Amino acid sequence: MHRAMTGLACLATIFLATASANAQSTVKIGVIMSYSGQFADTGTQISNGMKLYMKEHGDTVAGKKVELMPKDNGGIAPDVAKRLAQEAIVRDKVDMIVGFDLTPNALAAADVSAQAKKFMVNMNAATSIITTKSPYMVRTSFTVPQVNESLGTWAYKSGARKAYTLVSDFSPGHDGEQAFQRAFKEAGGEIIGSARYPVANLDFTAFLQRAKDMSPDVIYIWVPGGPQPAAIGKAVAERGIDLNKTKVVGQGELTFDEALKGMGDAGLGFITAFHYDHNHQSAKNKKFVADYNAEFKRNPDMFSVGGYDGMHVIYEALKKTKGDTDGDALIAAAKGMAWESPRGPMSIDPETRDVVQNIYIRRVEKVGGQLLNVEFDKLDNVKDPFKARMPKQ
Amino acid sequence: MTPTDPATAAPAPTAPHPHMAAQVRWRTVEYVFWLATLLPFVVAPDYLALASQIAITALFALSLDLILGYAGIVSLGHAAFFGFGAYAAGLVSKWGWGEPLSGLLIAGLAAGLLGYLMSFVIARFRHLALIMITLGFGLLLLEAANSASGLTGGADGLQGVKMWPVLGLFKFDLYGFTAYWYALIVLFVFFLMARRLINSPFGLSLRGIRENPVRMRAIGAESGPHIRKIYTIAAFMAGVAGAVLTQTTETVSLGVLDFQRSADILVILILGGAGRLYGGLIGAIIYMIARDWFSGVNPQYWYFPIGVLLIAVVLFLPNGMLGGIAQLIDTVRGRRWFGWLTSPPPWLRSGSKP
Repeated sequence: MHRAMTGLACLATIFLATASANAQSTVKIGVIMSYSGQFADTGTQISNGMKLYMKEHGDTVAGKKVELMPKDNGGIAPDVAKRLAQEAIVRDKVDMIVGFDLTPNALAAADVSAQAKKFMVNMNAATSIITTKSPYMVRTSFTVPQVNESLGTWAYKSGARKAYTLVSDFSPGHDGEQAFQRAFKEAGGEIIGSARYPVANLDFTAFLQRAKDMSPDVIYIWVPGGPQPAAIGKAVAERGIDLNKTKVVGQGELTFDEALKGMGDAGLGFITAFHYDHNHQSAKNKKFVADYNAEFKRNPDMFSVGGYDGMHVIYEALKKTKGDTDGDALIAAAKGMAWESPRGPMSIDPETRDVVQNIYIRRVEKVGGQLLNVEFDKLDNVKDPFKARMPKQ
Repeated sequence: MTPTDPATAAPAPTAPHPHMAAQVRWRTVEYVFWLATLLPFVVAPDYLALASQIAITALFALSLDLILGYAGIVSLGHAAFFGFGAYAAGLVSKWGWGEPLSGLLIAGLAAGLLGYLMSFVIARFRHLALIMITLGFGLLLLEAANSASGLTGGADGLQGVKMWPVLGLFKFDLYGFTAYWYALIVLFVFFLMARRLINSPFGLSLRGIRENPVRMRAIGAESGPHIRKIYTIAAFMAGVAGAVLTQTTETVSLGVLDFQRSADILVILILGGAGRLYGGLIGAIIYMIARDWFSGVNPQYWYFPIGVLLIAVVLFLPNGMLGGIAQLIDTVRGRRWFGWLTSPPPWLRSGSKP
């Protein structure tokens, strides 16, 4: 009996000792995003980006082991996101919460980050206001105005004076429409018509015929991906819209890899603005794409690079704080951080904690028999224009 | 709904029928169940956020049980009322009134009103037609909320929901402490109401309508008014459940109106056992804990074990967990013992009631 008790005590001591040792030498990261459901692939790509960074840089930083704790948000569900964030912090004692593929989820979790004073890295959700919801948040993806206002400004600069806009009838589409129209008008252009198509629409003939009848210099289209870009490509070709006279432009989703596959040659000449494409020409990106392909047998996309750069911010911030995971220390370390990412030079705005990066203007071209987004112009170090307009506190 | 509801009660009964009195009596296992709901405070204080969402889901399932389990109204769009209540509570708070209890009432009334209007349609149909109508109604409301993005915030969710402390004293905290006891008390209050309701003559006639509406009509209990009443009450409860979700999480998004939510709650109720007071409650506990556990083990493929669990339950316990337990108790007490010897066990018999 006595021996049993001693053994138990020993075991308990060992257990406690390892537990406290673990507490000292690990950084726990709660990763909250969709691993299942409609947005599962987004989650997979973000997660792949994070894993690749950890593979390249080791899973220890500043003497601490980095441990990811993935949690499935399962789609648009801010109540779930909030609970997962709460649980991650309260139950799993994570040091920071990261991920966030969708805006409503990021907004809900931001409350928790602010309340618990925990560092938060938004690796995807792109609505402008998100970063204002927690003073402990940085973003490593992009913002809708950042891309679309850049595109509006560029469209005017390239000679277009009359624009027609066609967007998906839900919030992100509306945001894109607003941003493009605003920048285009501010530059001096005119919006001669606009339409919002139903979210699940697959026949764009009528919309594009109407656009063609008004003979704009540029047609701006916002699609969320899926099968719609292919349908748009088909309708543009069928309506006989001459891309030399009328530019068809949009946010990067319009000419994603999958979209281009569906469109085929109908997509040739489409112009999009975006912060990342696997065809970006730099040594850093070439290596990134090659490593990514070796590891996951597919090309990285904007989600992957969001996860990859998110991990970079986490690693570098931890190095600066020497492993201190206090929210204030980490956010101070992250502010103003600048580095060379696969997407090109990028930094974290010290004031807004939002991403600052180049926005590339690309045209779909056939390179070696393959449809690719080829960069031919860019806007340097674009900040989120929405926040620049917000009154300073 | 008092037992002396003029529409349904037998002429001036002085005492309830013994059969009904027996049903009203609180059993020991019920006391144990409700005492056990306090356990998370002591045993698992890290799981209070989950516990509060279980309580909300349980209330939602209870509301579906009233119409599906007791009145036989099939619904694939019950999230419409849940979501309507959730948005109502969110908007009330956004417009500057963050007091939770009155917000709850307002949200419940709003959803109840919607349910009342819908009930005129619902009362005219049964079975398959109801599935289509409720499904369509749910989708319509979802699309309406999406389009009215000025009001609801659209796909980004409603922003600016801030709740005041409950009774001016208890703030909704990070640990979910307030959230859980708040949700639990609301659940308990509505459970008492539901319990009283279904054990009343009104509840009895609902069960009659479920089994045979034509015959109920013949004995003087018209199904229309009964169905309208219970549907309105269920909508009110679903609205309150949605409101509690809004208030405890301070977020609302289109997800509250999603078809997935309607489907989930149906699954939860069937899992626990429809037509039994505790069916929705037990279903919510099992489903939510299983989901939390499986998705913790594997965030990508956790739907697989959930699916297996559901198939197993429907295959072996066609009347849900509680139905299965009741059968087991009957068997142990010997009521069906001889039946078992002469005929195959219930789960192998065809034609058992779903």
